[in-house]
Amino acid sequence: MTAAVPVARPRGQWLSTLARQRELSLVAILILLGGLVTLTAPQFLTVANISQVAVLASVIAVAAVGEALVVITRNVDLSVEATIGLVAYGVARVLELHALDAAGAIVLGLGLGLVLGMINGLIVTLFRVPAIVATLGTLSIFRGVDYLIAGSHQVPLAGLPEGFTDAARDTFFGIPYFVLVAVVVVAIGSVILRSTRFGRQLYAVGSNPEAAAILGIPSRMVVFTAFSLCGLLAGAAGVLWVMEFGTINGTSATGVVLAVVAAVVVGGVNIFGGSGTLAGAALGALFLGFIANALILVGLSQFWLQAIYGVVILVAVTADAFILRRLKRANKRSGSR
Amino acid sequence: MAPVKGQPAWTRLVARWETLLVVALAGLVVLGTSLSPFFLTLGNFSNLIAALMEVAIMALAMTLIIVAGEIDLSVESMAGLASAILGFLWAAGVPLEAGIPIVLAVGALGGLMNGLLVARFGLPSLVVTLGTLALFRGLALIVLGPRGVSDFPPAFTQLGFGHVAGTLIPWPFVIFIGLALLLGIVLHRTWIGRHIYAIGKNTGAARFSGLRVTRIRVSLFVLSGLIAALAGIILTSRLSSARADAGAGMTLTVVTVVLLGGVNIFGGSGTIPGVVLAVLSVAVMQNALRLASVTVEVQSIALGLLLILSVVIPTFAHQAKSAVDRVRGGRPPPADSVPHGERALP
Amino acid sequence: MKLRSMGRAIALATIATVMFAACSTGSTPSPAGASTAPSGAAGKITVGYLPKDIVNQYFAAAKTGVDKGAAETGSAVIQVGPNEAKADLQIPFITDLTTQKVNAIIISADGKDEVAPALKAAMAQGIKVVGFDSSPAVGAYNVFVNQVDFSGVGVNLADWACELAPNCTGDIAILSAAATATNQNEWIALMKTTLATDKYKGLKLVDTVYGDDDATKSTTQAQALLTKYPNLKVIVAPTTVGILAAAQVVKQAGKSATVKVTGLGFPNDMKPFVKDGTSPVFGLWSVPDLGYLSYQVAAKLVSGEITGKEGETFTVKGLNGDKPYTIGKDSVVILGPAFRFDSTNVDQFNF
Repeated sequence: MTAAVPVARPRGQWLSTLARQRELSLVAILILLGGLVTLTAPQFLTVANISQVAVLASVIAVAAVGEALVVITRNVDLSVEATIGLVAYGVARVLELHALDAAGAIVLGLGLGLVLGMINGLIVTLFRVPAIVATLGTLSIFRGVDYLIAGSHQVPLAGLPEGFTDAARDTFFGIPYFVLVAVVVVAIGSVILRSTRFGRQLYAVGSNPEAAAILGIPSRMVVFTAFSLCGLLAGAAGVLWVMEFGTINGTSATGVVLAVVAAVVVGGVNIFGGSGTLAGAALGALFLGFIANALILVGLSQFWLQAIYGVVILVAVTADAFILRRLKRANKRSGSR
Repeated sequence: MAPVKGQPAWTRLVARWETLLVVALAGLVVLGTSLSPFFLTLGNFSNLIAALMEVAIMALAMTLIIVAGEIDLSVESMAGLASAILGFLWAAGVPLEAGIPIVLAVGALGGLMNGLLVARFGLPSLVVTLGTLALFRGLALIVLGPRGVSDFPPAFTQLGFGHVAGTLIPWPFVIFIGLALLLGIVLHRTWIGRHIYAIGKNTGAARFSGLRVTRIRVSLFVLSGLIAALAGIILTSRLSSARADAGAGMTLTVVTVVLLGGVNIFGGSGTIPGVVLAVLSVAVMQNALRLASVTVEVQSIALGLLLILSVVIPTFAHQAKSAVDRVRGGRPPPADSVPHGERALP
Repeated sequence: MKLRSMGRAIALATIATVMFAACSTGSTPSPAGASTAPSGAAGKITVGYLPKDIVNQYFAAAKTGVDKGAAETGSAVIQVGPNEAKADLQIPFITDLTTQKVNAIIISADGKDEVAPALKAAMAQGIKVVGFDSSPAVGAYNVFVNQVDFSGVGVNLADWACELAPNCTGDIAILSAAATATNQNEWIALMKTTLATDKYKGLKLVDTVYGDDDATKSTTQAQALLTKYPNLKVIVAPTTVGILAAAQVVKQAGKSATVKVTGLGFPNDMKPFVKDGTSPVFGLWSVPDLGYLSYQVAAKLVSGEITGKEGETFTVKGLNGDKPYTIGKDSVVILGPAFRFDSTNVDQFNF
């Protein structure tokens, strides 16, 4: 396996070590947290509770994996919540109208998510609009389209086919299906990132766009693909959303973007681009999910959740900047510049 | 956008973003009048303007921040925190004369936090203010919970909802114009303004030239926080209700208005008059659409499109101009007029 | 620099022009009555319908009643409203309806004080304001059509909780709508007063959570209740969105035998949950009738038949057994008592 970007190799080693450290520390904190919470509220450690948290976290995790792909390229996608909401409504409505069966609706949802992601990709790469502006704009547009299509209609749980929402509660040898879906998504994504040229290009573009361009990497195509995949995964999250919540209207999934971005940032995907793992993003989602759950059980008002998201993002970013500065100094010393 | 040599002054004026806005604004006013006979009544104008004023004053502060090459996403949450603290203090019996200064101080402190994290610790403002977007909102929820405080004295609600005596000009509009004049003078006529542009164009060069980059950036964030708090106070007054979720969703509109006003998202260019025009245009557009019974959803789509177009159009215009220049056989445009967005995009 | 100052001059000139134009062409708002749209031929009027939000199916049901009333005289109904049940989002719609000079506004307020100034401004222009479901502040409406007697509902909710908890004993929790919703807050307050009496001393209210009438939020709140209070016996949800979410959550958690759900719900929504035992008892009233009554009150205010003063009476054919309604204190009219649904009668209803 030849490294496509020579400057990435020494840094790559550093990064993968630190990334693993991040994942390990997340797991460690989770276990510690779990222990503390169980002392105050034994309901925490029940299978029912952990399953429920894991299921909810899986939905966010799937979207977070997509977001991570975009962030690795040094961009951001703020429109994911609108994509989730629009896909969720589309899938629910199509099922309610009996226009498609479950499998068809799922394919529709994924396809819609992909298209929305491609729109984002086009605006960023073709029209050269910075990602923050582009996705702020599409956040508004997609949500507006969602409201427009939904109007005042709400698809009730009863409008969905029998058993469609059971997927959120069914398990496979004790592990909820949703968790398996998230694990599979992470696994496939990680394989792509680690073993394909596209994966290496993704990291290259994020860590040093100028160098990537000089080396002949088709940066715009890479970024476009990243956004498209992000949309696809947001669409998947939208399908999962329908299964989890059942009742869907135009406002569904409002406010989710903060959780997704927080998950990515906490999970060690560096906001400066060029590093981070999908597993980290998924773990980040799980971590935040457990914090939310712990809050409820310990009796803290749920209002602390927003503040905690904020603190968590700030801490993660500070840590990332710190790491990056160390890396730069280390690179300079080792003379690989 | 630096002028290209050899073009007559009037074409440069016409090609300016602000001129485009004036034309757009005039067009929108015509559109509005044709849509509804009530459009140009003073009463309607008053309503039209009043609801957008919190966004408008935050946009003024945001202009300076974006020109300096940063961004502050946390403004809407600081407005909410301001509202929550004001309500909390009022409900606890603290008189507004004390409550308002306390809230403004909190705004400045929040801005200071943003500023220090960005300017002293070198963290990217996008993510820092995303974090404080959540943090401030969270603090607002912790302070006030889900309840609303609404028994404010009429003298206070007059600030947001009332008008200057004898006219129908809403007080918040007066505050907005005053602030626009103040910040306009600072940005366009003082050395501070020149430094802000320099920092936005090329931070490294600015630092090497001895400009107090850190100090200015921190001050801008403090200003942004302070004004966001002021916006929160005005919002509380206008609605005669303090709530922790006040101002939710405003950041998008603020950024849209600023970019629509011709401010370059990467920093280094943009004007206050442009943003003022953009505020008026958005207010007129929203009002015209509502009177035409265009639904909120379509308005939301329009706003998003507006945001994207406000960045796409200058880029295309510049590319078109370069192409035309090249065809004419003239010299290629000077380096500093190339939109330096290239550095962030692959 | 010259261009910059030209640019600024243009901007200032524009502002001045717009304001001057507004001053000279505009007509200042005229005093009450004179400028509202004509209520012309045989009571044809235009009514603005502004619910808490336009997604909540409760208000869609109420609107069918409003539409029915309007159809009788060929009047027009304009529905406007936000996507989220937030008071500050309702205000622009009120001012727009005012500018459009509708004859009357029928509104369910997300927050009683927030909407008051705009409503008062509308009333100053001669527009009649009819509150329904959730009241604006006193003085900001001509008549408030209360769907149910508050104290009656408060007792009902306590009674149903008592009936569903084994031996009227155990933990109960409330899942409400928005924390600022006038109506829910009144019902809850009266329910708490009732719970304080002897008969209910076995019941312990452990928590009140808010689902904001949002399906997703109500679902997560209900799940949180189940997680946090393992001994929970009854969830009381005085909101049609909340009761449905809670029933679904309990059913899907497989806890229908131990945790019961009650409150205010639509029969069509709750039928399956009555059948499977999750929600054996709940209540409501005829929501379409609420809309119909609200429209009739608006029409009567516009025509001058009533003014909203306490003591006035009027009759609406088809409602209240054709007996007259009396306007009570604070200009409130009550639709009627709450109606209890259970396995014996829920199938007879279709709304």
